Amino acid sequence: MNVSYEWLRALVPFRETPAKLRDLITSRVATVDELVPLRQDLAPIVVARVVEAGRHPDSDHLWVTKVDAGTGELLDVVCGAPNVEAGKLYPFAPTGTTMPNGLKIERRRIRGQTSNGMLCSPRELGLGEDHEGILELSVDAAPGTPFLKVMPAGDTKLVIDVSPNRPDLLSHLGVAREIAAAVDSPVTLPRIDGADAAIPTASRVRAEGRTGGVDVRVQEEGLVRRYMAAVIRGIRVGPSPEWLVRRLEAVGSRSINNVVDATNYVLHELGQPTHAFDLQRLGGGAIVVRRARAGERIVTLDGIERTLADTMTVIADAQRPQAVAGIMGGRDSEVSESTTEILLEVASFDPARTRATRRSLGLSTDASYRFERGVDPLLAPAALERTVRLIVAVAGGRVDDAPVDVYAGDSLPMPLPLRVSRVRTILGDVVPADEVASLLRGVGFDARVESNDVVRVMTPSWRIDVQREIDLIEEVARLRGYDSFPDEIRPFRAGNVPDDPQWLLARRVRDALVGAGLLETRPMPFVRGADTGYVRVANPLAENEAFLRRDILDTLSRRAEYNLARMQGDLRLFEIGATFLPDESLPHEELHVGALIMGRRRPPHFTDPKSDEFDRAMTFDAWDAKALAELVCDQAYGPGAVSFVAGSSDELWELRVGERRVGIVRALSLDAPVWAKPAFGVELSLGIVDSTNVAPAGQHAYRGAEYAPVRVKPFRAIPSQPASTMDLALLVPQSVDAGTVERAIRDVAGDLLESILLFDEHSGGKIETGSRSLAWRLTFRHPERTLSAKEMEGRRTNVLRHLEKTLNVRPRST
Amino acid sequence: MTTSVMLPDNPTLDEYKKRLAELSERGVTEFARAANADELEAARIEFLGDQRGKLREFQIVLGKLPKEARPEAGRLFNAAKARLTDALELRRQEIAKLGDDSTTRPADLTMPARRSWRGAKHPVTLVIEEIEGIFRELGFTIAIGPEAETEWYNFGALNFPPNHPAMDLHDTLYLSGEGLLRTHTSPVQIRTLQRYAPPIRVLIPGRVYRRDFFDPSHAPAFEQIEGLCIDEGISFVDLKATLTRFANRFFGQRPTRFRPSFFPFTEPSAEMDVQCGVCGGQGCGVCKQTGWVEILGSGMVHPAVLEAAGVDSERYSGWAFGMGPGRIAISRYGIPDIRILYDSDVRFLEQISE
Repeated sequence: MNVSYEWLRALVPFRETPAKLRDLITSRVATVDELVPLRQDLAPIVVARVVEAGRHPDSDHLWVTKVDAGTGELLDVVCGAPNVEAGKLYPFAPTGTTMPNGLKIERRRIRGQTSNGMLCSPRELGLGEDHEGILELSVDAAPGTPFLKVMPAGDTKLVIDVSPNRPDLLSHLGVAREIAAAVDSPVTLPRIDGADAAIPTASRVRAEGRTGGVDVRVQEEGLVRRYMAAVIRGIRVGPSPEWLVRRLEAVGSRSINNVVDATNYVLHELGQPTHAFDLQRLGGGAIVVRRARAGERIVTLDGIERTLADTMTVIADAQRPQAVAGIMGGRDSEVSESTTEILLEVASFDPARTRATRRSLGLSTDASYRFERGVDPLLAPAALERTVRLIVAVAGGRVDDAPVDVYAGDSLPMPLPLRVSRVRTILGDVVPADEVASLLRGVGFDARVESNDVVRVMTPSWRIDVQREIDLIEEVARLRGYDSFPDEIRPFRAGNVPDDPQWLLARRVRDALVGAGLLETRPMPFVRGADTGYVRVANPLAENEAFLRRDILDTLSRRAEYNLARMQGDLRLFEIGATFLPDESLPHEELHVGALIMGRRRPPHFTDPKSDEFDRAMTFDAWDAKALAELVCDQAYGPGAVSFVAGSSDELWELRVGERRVGIVRALSLDAPVWAKPAFGVELSLGIVDSTNVAPAGQHAYRGAEYAPVRVKPFRAIPSQPASTMDLALLVPQSVDAGTVERAIRDVAGDLLESILLFDEHSGGKIETGSRSLAWRLTFRHPERTLSAKEMEGRRTNVLRHLEKTLNVRPRST
Repeated sequence: MTTSVMLPDNPTLDEYKKRLAELSERGVTEFARAANADELEAARIEFLGDQRGKLREFQIVLGKLPKEARPEAGRLFNAAKARLTDALELRRQEIAKLGDDSTTRPADLTMPARRSWRGAKHPVTLVIEEIEGIFRELGFTIAIGPEAETEWYNFGALNFPPNHPAMDLHDTLYLSGEGLLRTHTSPVQIRTLQRYAPPIRVLIPGRVYRRDFFDPSHAPAFEQIEGLCIDEGISFVDLKATLTRFANRFFGQRPTRFRPSFFPFTEPSAEMDVQCGVCGGQGCGVCKQTGWVEILGSGMVHPAVLEAAGVDSERYSGWAFGMGPGRIAISRYGIPDIRILYDSDVRFLEQISE
């Protein structure tokens, strides 16, 4: 919200500069986002001393002066002001300055005398109407000092970030109240010349009344908390006086005409939105606050025709809507040059209804902004009086009839007891009862010390945010100043919550993948998706990415394509993140790790052979993907816990724990340029993310702690005896896979088999069709002695016999 | 290389013995000195070469010695030859053990290394881990929760008044059917408070969602990290102390300040600023002339939040804070556009791995 520094000063006297005021408001009330000096057009103007002043030889009203503008030399300046006097200081516009009225100051000759700049009058500086002479400065400043530095000529706009719970701050009055408490000065509304018209006392009614010949009716309870109306006749619409224009300008509001400006002034001064209808344009001598009829139309002040729904409230005449309640008036009854009679509305519309209407119309205004947050119903009478008087002052007219006040009344707020001991518990420092009470009284609370521990507090009507004790404690904290509380570390107890096991798991997997040379990514989780099998976002940002991903490889594939489009083909990316599947209520959410590799296994080196064969050998393939899968599987589920089952088509391996599918290794089909190498992906579930309710609202369900499993592989003795190895070169039928052969070898090789390594595969050549040659190296070791050649031979015979019998696998004849 | 052996055409036996001893001594030294197979081969040719080897000369000269001297000279010759051959073989084995001589000590040591790809954590992860490290020193553990949430965990339990402008700051992505994408990590506060009895000291990192269009400074999904501390007698002083300690560790010894703010789930609420590191508090474009940069939001947990989670709000109190590691990463690394964090361009990610 915008407030004007000068306007605030008109409400409460203070000496703080704009920058100091900013710091004061920020530290106690609400953050000031920005200070905007409004007269930057005066930045080039400097303070200058007239050193000599003599009559112009060819003119009886011009002066020829020598001016010290701090440039180190005396400037010749011709001046027409009668009050110019040697030795005095004046504002000076050097050559090159563009004046507020657009005039550019240049070096020129005036009746034969050179003039290098201009000594300025208040009007030339846009500081008033005075053009009788130049502005004499009674300041102590060296020539050359910027004028704005010595004369706070321009107003300053403060942009305040008012939080949604503090509608009372959406006005100069509200901000002034807070400043007043800080600087210990009273708040008074500025006197406006001519704003003292007598107004008959409003007549309060429950639903229906009459003023100035107009029937005023609220058709349904709940639409409006209070509705006041007054009729002003005999006004003359025209331009606003200069001071009013300037006030509105300072808060970024454009002057429209004197009547509208008066309503806007009150909005910014008191925070009460009001609206003036052209009475002659209201049909049937009535004003009705009612629900809109579905499909009813109105052209609002911005010239747009809007179709209304029956959830909206309108202000209608006897026939049709003339305003959307609390948001914007209608163009039909807009105050114009020809308006002479108005009906002035001062109301407090329902916040929730205003908000809903604003959202569905997509139309936010200064008025709706305030009504949504809540406008104090008790403000209406004073605001009505202030607005009427201001209109009468600037546009003439009179109120003949008592205004109508439709108001059922509000229940009086109950006093809130505030415990001083509670203040101490929450804020951590002792604030005595007297101080608590006096801080609260400073901003309008009625606070009485009832006992050593209890201060009884009545909340002012404008502080709708204060509802319970804790709200008062916040007031005490900010009014005393957050800085006033110490920041020492005090003794604390260790927490009860163990690290989340899934977090620890994710960290372990991440570390392993980074160690393996992969790059972590954190892309957007939205995907193209499809209507079935995916979770859809009801209000997506983009229709082509309206779904949540069900696997990470979907996202990583798009990221790979992004890189390929930028000629980057050596990729090894991974992500650990959430995936979503549709479920009965909330989506089924799982934490997954996904990894994608393509291109070279390592950066090229000058020692690399320059051959296609080598390049092929240096390119990521399915075996690298399998290794990556084993790495993450071992980290996540323990070594060997995940089985790799051959998948179908582009699925290479399905990863299973028991019968449960926990992941996949696949060749990825990307939208890739011809030069791109094949891409491979690994996806593995790191577990379900529990999104069931822990306990019903207002309850807890304490259970024992869930700790991450501790996985320890027991120590195996480091061998002291030499190993014996045996190579088996086998002719394996194509129908038998290597895994089966390995298992068969393990079945009969005995306990001393330490490791088994497949080290060669080939086919064709001398190998008969329908078979391939596979070679394994078996390492045996006895813990206490060297195995004899005979023992080894025995094992070889056993293994070969078993393989031939069960799998028709024979030794390859050399 | 040594110059040719000074063996006279008709040496005496003594001369022959002396020269032969010199030669074998030199040969043994040369062989031992050879740094690689090539040098060793050159030395072999010099001393043991069939045609011009230096030992060959002694074999020829042998026949020119007086007859009576020949048996002894012959014996000595054979011994010298055997000594040289042994030394050659010894060195050959040594060199073979050293492996390929060019890798043992390349000729041009300015040439580049053979690298592997280096992995890297995402910059946002690095920021999260740094924050995590500091809070672990202060006794915090990690709690996490689901990204798809219920309206109650995301708003209701956190004291958001229904249909109130406070919701405008949380423009929400709703899911078809039930639920929404959480707009902050605070639902995990409720889940943790319902699951574990106080004392609670947890840090909650995670991804959150807002209906913000993707532009240089906004993203519809981003990371948040928040902390929650609940126990008997926890006060605003503890909040200030812990967060000031954190800021001093994370941002260096720069002044900090707390100023009033509003969050439905905390009261009093406070935003924390650290003095602008660019201008040192003088005011500049980065800090919008204020001299301060906002780093986190915080506050005393609202009693209504404790009550929603089944915690006795008279007995227990505490504080919470939240911040955006993505924003911190951006200012820390000087990243001009937030989208770079999401693009996954390897040329960016590899910078982090350097």
